[in-house]
Amino acid sequence: MVTEKDVSYVADLAHLDLTAEERARMLKDLNSILDYIDRLNQLDTSNVEPMAQVASRYGERKDQADGFSYAMRSDELQSCLPRDEAMRNAPVSDGTFFKVPKVIER
Amino acid sequence: MEIDLLTVESARTAVLEKQTSANALVDAFYKKIEAEDKAIGAYLTLCKERAYSQAARIDALADKGDDLPPLAGVPIAIKDVFTTKDVRTTAGSKILEHFVAPYDATVVARLEDAGAIILGKTNCDEFAMGSSNENSGFYPVHNPVDHSRVPGGSSGGSAATVAAGTAVASLGSDTGGSIRQPAAFCGVVGLMPTYGRVSRYGLIAFASSLDHPGPFGKTVQDVAMMLQAIAGRDPLDSTTADVPVPNYREYIGRPVTGLKVGVPAEYFNEGLDAEVRASVEMGIQELKNAGAEIVPISLPHTPYAIPTYYVVATAEASSNLARYDGVRYGLRASEGKSLAEMYRRTRDAGFGAEVKRRIMLGTYVLSAGYYDAYYLKAQRVRSLLARDFDEAFAKVDVIVTPTTPTPAFKLGEKADDPLAMYLADIFTVTADLVGVPGISIPCGKSEEGLPIGMQILGKHFDEATLLQVAHVAEHALAGKATS
Repeated sequence: MVTEKDVSYVADLAHLDLTAEERARMLKDLNSILDYIDRLNQLDTSNVEPMAQVASRYGERKDQADGFSYAMRSDELQSCLPRDEAMRNAPVSDGTFFKVPKVIER
Repeated sequence: MEIDLLTVESARTAVLEKQTSANALVDAFYKKIEAEDKAIGAYLTLCKERAYSQAARIDALADKGDDLPPLAGVPIAIKDVFTTKDVRTTAGSKILEHFVAPYDATVVARLEDAGAIILGKTNCDEFAMGSSNENSGFYPVHNPVDHSRVPGGSSGGSAATVAAGTAVASLGSDTGGSIRQPAAFCGVVGLMPTYGRVSRYGLIAFASSLDHPGPFGKTVQDVAMMLQAIAGRDPLDSTTADVPVPNYREYIGRPVTGLKVGVPAEYFNEGLDAEVRASVEMGIQELKNAGAEIVPISLPHTPYAIPTYYVVATAEASSNLARYDGVRYGLRASEGKSLAEMYRRTRDAGFGAEVKRRIMLGTYVLSAGYYDAYYLKAQRVRSLLARDFDEAFAKVDVIVTPTTPTPAFKLGEKADDPLAMYLADIFTVTADLVGVPGISIPCGKSEEGLPIGMQILGKHFDEATLLQVAHVAEHALAGKATS
């Protein structure tokens, strides 16, 4: 059961403020969705490996008919976006760095 | 030129044989978009300069009498989750409203190299999160078949352009059904390729282990030709697999005699609309008539797919969307007193309700104390879902199911109930989790005239058989519709 305190804690982790109205709605929705997700506990998975990626299940069985390998390349320096293009969408910059509100007080 | 009827092949042939020019085609499509798209809302951004310059390149090739590349002169639309150099790329979100991408997604570059002309960027649910397109940060998309209904989501704009004839073909992305479900709702063909078949470089990430780029078209052959252009490994996406790409056209027109078609009992349960059931059963009968062997199978963990998906997808999304912090991508809310306050204000202002809900859910399932209970648990169930498919594909060549439990619903009908909306993807999410390819083809209509989709799922990297079976079904069903 998610509580108001949990919503505040998670919003903080996720860097969201959320209005009072949004928090009330979030409390209701998260509880309803998590309640549905709880049906996963009907399954005994104690001897089942987690699958994080399609590759983690199929990509390492290269010797088998349904196995395959992934694109690999040598770790060499390659060209990348020029700085001015990479910075072009920055809301505030001095042309060299992204500018943000002061982080460290002296 | 009657542009509504153009296919990928006939558009190219018309340019090749000088029945028209690429430039004239682009003119005709923009005219149609200007006249008709306001009522549908499928496009967010038109890139006319880029389209006309590509058209000029194709017309110059045609004037020289050279053979033209495989998609030459074909006007297409791109879901706005793929980056397009010097063209606004929003992912349907206010937080990227003014973002102009500095590079092209690999799929975008490959489609243009193959001669396709990009008309514009299509509307979608914000960050591809949704099943109705009502979560667009800008405006909803209306189903071209019935404007009071949703086109499906999240690639609703891309499906709608093909259905409305405002593009010949289009590109979408599928994370939980976002290509196949809107294809079914709009009455077009939508293909989700195998995970690792098509590069994700330049696809704005929603859930990286589940995101699949793929095409929409009017016909199975059209999506085969689009897939041909985008498939194959890409050094810029390490999850693209080193598996040879066959010539998909060779599989179009091959018979299905002797192929085994699995029909999973779990996809025909009590939640299935009666008209959808009848239509898809008719589609299966057509495959049987064409010589395929129908094999009843079981995918026993199907009821656990949606809860697994909403843990895995939201966990990955909460991590991927952490980058939108007001520093690099355009939107920054008024300066807060501190860096953290600036982050929060920007994210509060820039993200819509569904995106916030998924970020919150994803953050919760990854947070200390819940990681094992939710995230790891869901990953283990994901293995069980994959095992279901491994066992099924040991017995059959393809699996046939309905694409969606119902035809297109009304705008607003599910907008207030996130769980009801999530269940619209009940037949599509499993393929994303397991990574197998899937296609939705039109399969009859409801009494109200709404399109119904039949889904065909295949083995990893076996899009060829998928297209072969889909093409046979498409032709059998088309014959039925006109007789």
